[in-house]
Amino acid sequence: MEYVIEMLGIRKEFGSFVANDNITLQLKKGEIHALLGENGAGKSTLMNVLFGLYQPEAGEIKVNGKTVNITDPNVANDLGIGMVHQHFMLVENFTVTENIILGNELTKGGVIDIKDAAKKIHSLSEMYGLAVDPYAKIEDISVGMQQRVEILKTLYRGAEILIFDEPTASLTPQEIVELIQIMKRLIQEGKSIILITHKLKEIMDVSDRVTVIRKGEGIGTVITSETNPNELASLMVGRQVDFTTVKDEANPTDDALVVKNLVVTDYRGVEKVKNLNLTVRKGEILGIAGIDGNGQSELIEAITGLRKTKSGSISINGQDITNKKPRKVTETGVGHIPQDRHKHGLVLDFPIGHNIALQTYYVDPISKNGIMNYGKVSDLAQKIIREYDVRTQGEHTPARALSGGNQQKAIIGREIERNPELLIAALPTRGLDVGAIEFIHQRLIEQRDKGKAVLLLSFELDEVMNVSDRIAVIYDGQIVDTLLPKETTEQELGLLMAGQNTRENVVKQGDKENAE
Amino acid sequence: MTKRKFGLGLSLVLAAGTILGACGTKNDEKASTGSEGTDKGTTESTDFSIAMITDVGGVDDKSFNQSAWEGFKAWGAEHGLEKGDGGFDYLQSAGDADYVTNLNNLVRRDFDIVYGIGFLLEEPIGTIADQKPDNKFVILDGVADKPNVVSVLFKEQEVAYLAGVAAALMSETKQVGFVGGMEIPVIERFEAGFVEGVKAVDPSIKVDVQYTGKFDDAALGKTTANRMYSSGVDIIAHAAGGTGNGVFAEAKERKTKDANANVWVIGVDSDQYEEGAVGDTNVTLTSMLKKVGTAVQDVADAAMAGDFPGGTTLTYGLAEEGVELADSRGNIPQDVLDQIQEYADKVASGEITVPETLE
Amino acid sequence: MPNRVVNILVPVISVILGLLVGAVVMLASGYDPVAGYAALWNGIFGDSYTIGETIRTITPYLLSGLAVAFAFRTGLFNIGVEGQLLVGWFAAAYVGIAFDLPMYIHLPLAIIAAAVAGGLWAFIPGLLKAKLQVHEVIVTIMMNYIALHTTNVLIRMVANGKETTAPIKETASLKSAFFESMTDFSRLHYGIFIALAMVLVMWFILEKTTTGFELKAVGFNKHASEYAGMNVNKNIILSMVISGAFAGLAGAMEALGTFQYASVKGGFTGIGFDGIAVALLGANTPLGVVFGAVLFGALKFGALNMPNAADIPVEIVSIVIALIIFFVACGYIIRYFLEKLNKKKEAK
Repeated sequence: MEYVIEMLGIRKEFGSFVANDNITLQLKKGEIHALLGENGAGKSTLMNVLFGLYQPEAGEIKVNGKTVNITDPNVANDLGIGMVHQHFMLVENFTVTENIILGNELTKGGVIDIKDAAKKIHSLSEMYGLAVDPYAKIEDISVGMQQRVEILKTLYRGAEILIFDEPTASLTPQEIVELIQIMKRLIQEGKSIILITHKLKEIMDVSDRVTVIRKGEGIGTVITSETNPNELASLMVGRQVDFTTVKDEANPTDDALVVKNLVVTDYRGVEKVKNLNLTVRKGEILGIAGIDGNGQSELIEAITGLRKTKSGSISINGQDITNKKPRKVTETGVGHIPQDRHKHGLVLDFPIGHNIALQTYYVDPISKNGIMNYGKVSDLAQKIIREYDVRTQGEHTPARALSGGNQQKAIIGREIERNPELLIAALPTRGLDVGAIEFIHQRLIEQRDKGKAVLLLSFELDEVMNVSDRIAVIYDGQIVDTLLPKETTEQELGLLMAGQNTRENVVKQGDKENAE
Repeated sequence: MTKRKFGLGLSLVLAAGTILGACGTKNDEKASTGSEGTDKGTTESTDFSIAMITDVGGVDDKSFNQSAWEGFKAWGAEHGLEKGDGGFDYLQSAGDADYVTNLNNLVRRDFDIVYGIGFLLEEPIGTIADQKPDNKFVILDGVADKPNVVSVLFKEQEVAYLAGVAAALMSETKQVGFVGGMEIPVIERFEAGFVEGVKAVDPSIKVDVQYTGKFDDAALGKTTANRMYSSGVDIIAHAAGGTGNGVFAEAKERKTKDANANVWVIGVDSDQYEEGAVGDTNVTLTSMLKKVGTAVQDVADAAMAGDFPGGTTLTYGLAEEGVELADSRGNIPQDVLDQIQEYADKVASGEITVPETLE
Repeated sequence: MPNRVVNILVPVISVILGLLVGAVVMLASGYDPVAGYAALWNGIFGDSYTIGETIRTITPYLLSGLAVAFAFRTGLFNIGVEGQLLVGWFAAAYVGIAFDLPMYIHLPLAIIAAAVAGGLWAFIPGLLKAKLQVHEVIVTIMMNYIALHTTNVLIRMVANGKETTAPIKETASLKSAFFESMTDFSRLHYGIFIALAMVLVMWFILEKTTTGFELKAVGFNKHASEYAGMNVNKNIILSMVISGAFAGLAGAMEALGTFQYASVKGGFTGIGFDGIAVALLGANTPLGVVFGAVLFGALKFGALNMPNAADIPVEIVSIVIALIIFFVACGYIIRYFLEKLNKKKEAK
């Protein structure tokens, strides 16, 4: 039998809700098989069925041609199925070895033989090209390294079939390249991989075949080399997706946001933004490209008034907003789609309608003489829900119950509805599927076309390249270069983001900035 | 306590000053109509029945409440009564708010006399006495100036004075201690008497006085005693109810560790000799007895005979044999006992007047 | 439909469970559970007196429950209700004793004094939390002790060295002759109307005012609220002050209603601490607090009759009452999870 895993006609129900309906997935030995679907399409449910966390209502699972009944994750482990979770399940202050053997400790007379385990881990990592230090503590190693520990954990337990759940979500571009190499190495060594993702680019890069599911239904399986991103996107969303962002030339006019010699420190007093200069003009989208942790968050917090600046100035349309309170900043005309929508964007336990009013709850007509008019909150919420296609049962549904994409649409609706002079969008499409990404990009461009300034912060080079009119590269708290998307390449950006720049370039950049 | 002056001149039982008339007009009409409705249809018992409510300490507090309850049981046995309705009974309170309710409950169960045990019951007894003018009440350690209430006070300062004398004569370190509960008049009388007694023997002896603020916290009593013993005190008198049990615990602990440890406790209210037993030895020097049981029975007897001394304050002192030092069972040598007796005679005869408060 | 059945069934089952386990405890220790529960029932609903006293017991629980719940709704854990209650008690009694005013000024003044005192007492932990990030739980616990001993000293001063102050003037009293005659001299007083009014006030603040919107937002998510331009610190302080004011009013109920005086205390009243349980039983909603306070107050008061009428020792009674409340709390948890499960299904 050529299939190592066959999931045939799987159906999983939660009460009256059908999460998986007649889905078939067949994994060949030695292939990377992508499982593609929008958020909430039922990918995770299907994998949890395979991993023994859920029992299917109908259908059959075969491993190496034999029908099996996977009642719990231990059975899955014994069958050689391992899962690399999206959110790592590691103990921060344990070493790599301790984490890997956790729950599977080899003992010698009641004592754990760490050395023996470390040796075994070392040989495994040699074999698959997973360079890790078995004695390093988890808290001291990078996210990419932690993921390798997760992979090693499954290999250590003898997994032949590895499930990767959205493995690239938290990785840097460099780490993604490395991960892809690791996955290819695993295949060479005879493992088989199921890759859960909604990133089309990755699928095209690594997978052999793709199974698409949409709203819980299996749409079918295609061979990667015989398809293209557009086809996959339409299969996933169920309609034609306009993949390349269509936009007219920008018509930038006056300066809107002007940041001069800005210095911002983090909570420990370490300078994260170092003498940064930045200008965003009306009618353009300025994209900030950079690797996480180079001062992007501190820059945005300083602009929006959430963090005090150490020195330098920030102004909007000539009005100084340096160190003003957040409310003052918003009232000056700044809209902000925050980086972390759960922490800063939404009060998750509030109804989505209340969240939509979160920036305007205190002004007429919603609030008069300190008394709320919840009728008006309702009006506003319904308007935003309608116009921004927020899919929810209603305005009274808690924000928590909405999918990520719909939460984000509600935030974007809330911010754009106030018609801000400057719209700051920090990682606006993180974790969202193609349909939602397309929608959000269109809205940003609409704002630009209305003559407003847009500042886009993204870790995804695709997004920066597609959506921005100009790209500012941030590295170590400074803008190291400002480029036009047409005149640059991902390679060049990647190098700049990694700090591969000469002193001359910086000086040249400074001149360019001033010349503008 | 301003009304205590009424009681000072009174001798045992229903002697002198019947100030009945003084407050007889106080009860209003509402009160009398209210009480009629509460009479339950139980058959009239010819037996006389009594009940008491305790403060937050229970009837097993090895102290004041327990003495009262012992008196109840003895009186009940004497008259062939059972615990429960128509006989004798008690209710324990969990907090201030419960006093009035518990009193009410007992009144509704048709007890002939309801006793409030302890100073904390003074106010609630006063309240209920107004509401139920046809019922009889007794307040121990407090004064409620109502025609249907008998107030019973003890001259704690007199017995505490003797305890002070005993402590001063027995102390080897010339340092003695006093652990009080809450700073209420009753306890302050103990304190005053004890300090005066020590001073009468030897003014140079240091008396370490500590108030714990609580009557039901043995752990607090233990740490307080620990500090005192550690600082060189060898005899502690306590007037702290359940908190005082901690004083015994500390002394016994020291005695257990070292059989020669020079630690003593003077108990309060009832004879606390049993509390102080450590193997064959005992840390209880003596106890400052308040014959609560006697007082309880005296009032009950008088009421049964139709002579309920309502509106009066009865005061029990050394002369009336209402207070005394407990048998030391040999812990105090005879020559010292003789000296104490001399002081006792002088107090009883009035030659020495022990003050109620310290200046 | 089954949802509604569940909603009714769960609390009923949990009360029955609590009663059953309580009965086992009584049986095991050699007491008659039927007599015990009959005594409990009669202790709560037996006659007009017990009903009056039951409502009287419920009154301060309503307010202490509201105090805890209000702080909870805004993300704060006010363990200091006990202390705020004590200062409120003293303030109300002091105003009640020290002034000679017509009733329409005196009574409101005494009540407001209690609310202000409680509010001020809670202002300190609020300020420390907002400005210095000192955890309010630590501060409020310590403030309880400070309140206990400070008010004791003040009461002695007001009472000229005695343990109990003079009774408050009649112009400041919540005592009700009407209730007294109706309930055979129970201490039921007009404070119950104040407590119920405060239930409405809490609902109004949270559900109708802009401030309430902010307080709730800050309670759920400080970061998002700050991002939305709310003054998080101001809201923390305000929330503590309002919570403390409710607690102070609970003290006024005792000072102006039940006791008519203030007296030196050897320990805490427990009403403030029980307020935490009341608030949690009521899921921190105003209506829920009413339910929690009624359950708590009725059981607490009814329990007094168990040693009285059924001769069960107070220790056993305490265990039985605690078991009933425990099971009701568990029932609430069960329902909470059931609801969550239902919601999840709906959302998908």
